[in-house]
Amino acid sequence: MPVFNQSRQTVIRLIFATTFLIIVVRLAVLQLFSDKYDAQAFSNAVYKKTIYPGRGIIFDRNNKAILNNTIIYDLTVTPYEVKQVDTSYLCSLLSIDTAEFKNRIITAIIKNGRYRPSVFEGLLSLELQAKLEENIWRFPGFTLVERPIRTYPFKAGAHLLGDIGEVDTAIIRRSKNFYQMGDYVGRSGMEQYYESVLMGQRGVQHLIKDNKNRIQGPWENEKYDTSAKAGRNLRTYIDIELQQLAEKLMANKVGSIVAIDPKTGGILTMVSGPVIDPNDLTGNTRQKNYAKLALDVSAPLMNRATRGLYEPGSTFKPVGGLVALDLGVINAGYGVSCAGAYYGCGKVIKCEHHNPGHAANMRLALANSCNSYFSQIYRMTVDNPKDHNTKAGYTRWKDYMNAFGWGEKLGIDLPNELPGSIPDTTIYNKVYRNQWNSCTNVTLGIGQDKMQVTPVQLANAMCVIANKGYYYTPHFVEKIDNETPADSILKPFRIKHEALTHISDEAYEAIHAGMQDVVESGTARIAKIPGINICAKTGTAEKYTVLDGHRIKLPNNSMFVCFAPREDPKIAIAVAVENAGFGSTWAAPIASLLIEQYLTDSIRSEKKKDVERIASANLMPAYLKRKQFIADSTRAYYYFNLRKDSSYIKKYLKQRSAKVEKPKQDNTTVSSNKNTAVDNKQQQSAIIKQQIPVPVSYKSYGNSRNRNLCFYKEAFLFVDDKHFKKQAAI
Amino acid sequence: MSLNKPEISRGIDGLLLWLYILLCCIGIVSIFAATYREGDDIVKTFLSFKTDYSKQSIFFLISIVAGTAVLLTDSKFFTATANLWYAFGILLLLLVFPFHSNVKGTKSIIKFGNALQLQPIQLCIVFANLALAKYLSRVETDFTKTRSQLVAAAIVIAPAILAIAQSETGLALVYFSFFLVMFREGLPAIILIIGFSFAILVVATLLVDPDILALILTGIAGLAIYIMRRQIKRYKSVLFGILGIWIVCVGIQRFAVPFIFDHVLEPYQVKRIYDTLGKDYIPKDAAAAADIAKNTETKKDDGDYNVKQSKIAIGSGGLTGKGLLKGTQTRYSFVPEQRTDFIFCTIGEGFGFVGSMIFLSIYIALLFRIVTIAERQRSTFSRCYAYGVASVLFFHIAINLCMTMGLAPVIGIPLPFVSYGGLSLVTFSMMIFILLRLDKDRQMVLR
Repeated sequence: MPVFNQSRQTVIRLIFATTFLIIVVRLAVLQLFSDKYDAQAFSNAVYKKTIYPGRGIIFDRNNKAILNNTIIYDLTVTPYEVKQVDTSYLCSLLSIDTAEFKNRIITAIIKNGRYRPSVFEGLLSLELQAKLEENIWRFPGFTLVERPIRTYPFKAGAHLLGDIGEVDTAIIRRSKNFYQMGDYVGRSGMEQYYESVLMGQRGVQHLIKDNKNRIQGPWENEKYDTSAKAGRNLRTYIDIELQQLAEKLMANKVGSIVAIDPKTGGILTMVSGPVIDPNDLTGNTRQKNYAKLALDVSAPLMNRATRGLYEPGSTFKPVGGLVALDLGVINAGYGVSCAGAYYGCGKVIKCEHHNPGHAANMRLALANSCNSYFSQIYRMTVDNPKDHNTKAGYTRWKDYMNAFGWGEKLGIDLPNELPGSIPDTTIYNKVYRNQWNSCTNVTLGIGQDKMQVTPVQLANAMCVIANKGYYYTPHFVEKIDNETPADSILKPFRIKHEALTHISDEAYEAIHAGMQDVVESGTARIAKIPGINICAKTGTAEKYTVLDGHRIKLPNNSMFVCFAPREDPKIAIAVAVENAGFGSTWAAPIASLLIEQYLTDSIRSEKKKDVERIASANLMPAYLKRKQFIADSTRAYYYFNLRKDSSYIKKYLKQRSAKVEKPKQDNTTVSSNKNTAVDNKQQQSAIIKQQIPVPVSYKSYGNSRNRNLCFYKEAFLFVDDKHFKKQAAI
Repeated sequence: MSLNKPEISRGIDGLLLWLYILLCCIGIVSIFAATYREGDDIVKTFLSFKTDYSKQSIFFLISIVAGTAVLLTDSKFFTATANLWYAFGILLLLLVFPFHSNVKGTKSIIKFGNALQLQPIQLCIVFANLALAKYLSRVETDFTKTRSQLVAAAIVIAPAILAIAQSETGLALVYFSFFLVMFREGLPAIILIIGFSFAILVVATLLVDPDILALILTGIAGLAIYIMRRQIKRYKSVLFGILGIWIVCVGIQRFAVPFIFDHVLEPYQVKRIYDTLGKDYIPKDAAAAADIAKNTETKKDDGDYNVKQSKIAIGSGGLTGKGLLKGTQTRYSFVPEQRTDFIFCTIGEGFGFVGSMIFLSIYIALLFRIVTIAERQRSTFSRCYAYGVASVLFFHIAINLCMTMGLAPVIGIPLPFVSYGGLSLVTFSMMIFILLRLDKDRQMVLR
């Protein structure tokens, strides 16, 4: 009987063999013909840890470190290790409550998971760090992690140095995912411009992690790891002591100072007022200060040296004179008889002087800053008989301006520079419907009309005049440590722009002589320094602003440009102080002090009181307070509209509450009596709503700018005018 | 057979013994690779009896000692006591119901103290094998008769039913491998074919849209009628036969399978089956969803995740593998249960395709050797027993490997001799040693 079935052993063997064949095929498919599993296993188990190098340091011309790296501590937490923590003690140290503690732990778990550390409290103050370090054993799961930040030992140069901050998604996208979330990059100033140099090279460490993301050790004996390379240092032209002096002088003023070494184009000093302390924007104080500064209407975070647009006013005159001389429309001996105003164009352009002969030649006209003279030569330049018409003449004039570096971006080594404005003919054609002549924009000749320049452009024009025609693009960085030919970042700054060398030396000498007379006997005698021949030009530009729907005239901008010494120019300066009055009152002495400090390394004792006088002067324009109030109350109103939370708007309402009519209040009380269930908060918001009529067209305002205008209108409703009048009277 | 050899080793099949020892050693090394932690003192941990590989080594030594004892017994002992063992096994299985301990996901384990665990359903495989061999080798058994076939089937299915009652579906399926033994002893091939076709039909039901499958079945029936039209002309019964089969098939795919899935199986088991077939299972009501959530959470072995990680581990091994202790998947516990059910990942990742092929060839050699041994037995008892061993081992190996490579549902079946687990190692060892003992007396006719 059994023998009968003996053949069946073959069937059974076949079943075994077939099954194993299927398994082998499957194995081959998995192991030999699909490569995705390898990558998956790698991403499962290997954690690429980025090692951040120390950022490069920036030195001034005397090899003093303007900024430095230091270490501050973050308190991090690994939620899964948090067991038997002395919560109440930790909370009292950090001055938070237990609900907040729980909240932060939950946030950490959501953010990074249970097994990886996340920041619990960032950027600890020194005192807190010391306390925590002592007691850290009481808080298992909590560790102090160091984080490098910048410090500024000289407390100067906030605008030019810029700051570093965490990357945002836009930066990550632009860098093609080179940066990762949580990386720190330069967000402004030189930190941003020289990011590639300062950041160094990141290192990568491969670590093995387990299924719960816990680090188990190095992978493959660190075979694939790369070490981090520290960022390279920058050697700059900045004179930090000059910078400190300039910032001191600019305290409580709106404006800008730029000082350039004309020989190299190296920027010695760059100040933007209101001045800020760069240390306020690092470490644990950053958050608080940044918000305050960003909401300030005087825009302290804006670098006015590259982004502030000013009408050059009379400081344009040397440039205008040079152009006229070069074109041959006048010679240095040309003079006009000015009787206190220019009448050539119907509208009267007033001049500060009216004694005859104050504009008998170029030198006198410059020294006395004669408006008639320069209006006249502007018209002669534009109406040059060599050109067919005014427009061709204007275009030629504009080319000169561009050659000085105006109306175009200079390309200095700071991000977000503004080009200023030298309008071309198309703009005048559009505004005046093709009907314009040299009289239409005659005030261009005295640096007004649609002409706008940045202080850096103004200083650069001084360099051109001082150098008799050439300039180097203004820049901060002289050299990079361990510079290689591959570093193309500094190349544009080493090109000599011989933009205006075709102008004759005589023309330059004539302008120089006139500018020297400005200091010797003209409008800027206050700037005179014995033993140094300074060439300078003051300027006073009229300013207007729109406030509460009215165009009001503000105090004039005080402008001043100069270079010194005349024979061998070593420094060229442009100063702009907004709403400060005549150029000679504030801007000229500031420039004079800077020249003295730079060229003699000290300030005479009799001038020291000048330093204190200027430094302590508060020239913040009065209208800013009003603007600040409008901005703040508008924001409060916007917030109230958004959240129905009246806590912010209340303090602005106080001033208006006196004006609120009684019957309205009664109405609300009646309605609230009917609805006793309405809670207190709702009542308040109901009252406020009645006090502030929401415009019908509120929703129809499309873009945010229009909406802001709308809010402005609203804000006026609950601001009393007394406040502003008081300010205006000062 | 040299007469100089000592009594115990005379007549023992050396190849089978060495294959067995080799597999056990591979098992210990694999468990070592899966659980060894960087910086541990290897010698110390091996002797500490605390690590898994140390424990497995102890169980291997226990198996060898027990196996030697088995070799020293009389071969008639097994034929004489086969039914007794079977009765003992069933008794143990019944005792499980009142005395089982609270281990998650199963009701089949009795705990003695903290260290010792007993899962009678595993032990019972040996007893069922002995009992089946005993029944088939009886002189009065005529296996051509349906009655005998039913009794034999009852012997193996009884423990399986008890296993299902204890929520051990996977191990219950093992008992169905004994049908291979019965096939060898004369069970009509048609039963195996029907069983196999049934399995294909069930899988097809899950994979293919019911209406399309019904159409396909109808098409096959129509084709069969066309091909057999001559026979149908002569015998009308053939037509009715085909139509009957067609009705049964459609009935199964239309009603039986959905009924089983909805009412017999637990929703999480259904989900696992669907996962294996690569389809999404949508729970039909909130209770079913809750059951799935509960089982995937508490047991923490979401079948889908396991299989995915296991496939990554094996797939990343490549041709030659990453080397012993170098596999990142297995070293850093990405594969759950990797020292037990998913032990093959360690080999696949560490030694790659080449290593896996060598490993598989050891298994196939073992199976073929057992079949060869079975065929050289004079007594039916020994032959049936040997086929039983081969079938059980084959089922374990095939299902376990398919499981780790995503070809079969994760039903928790260990890899013989390799997976960590004292009881399973001892059970399989006993099966081999009893076989060796019986093979020693292959010239005798045992009843």
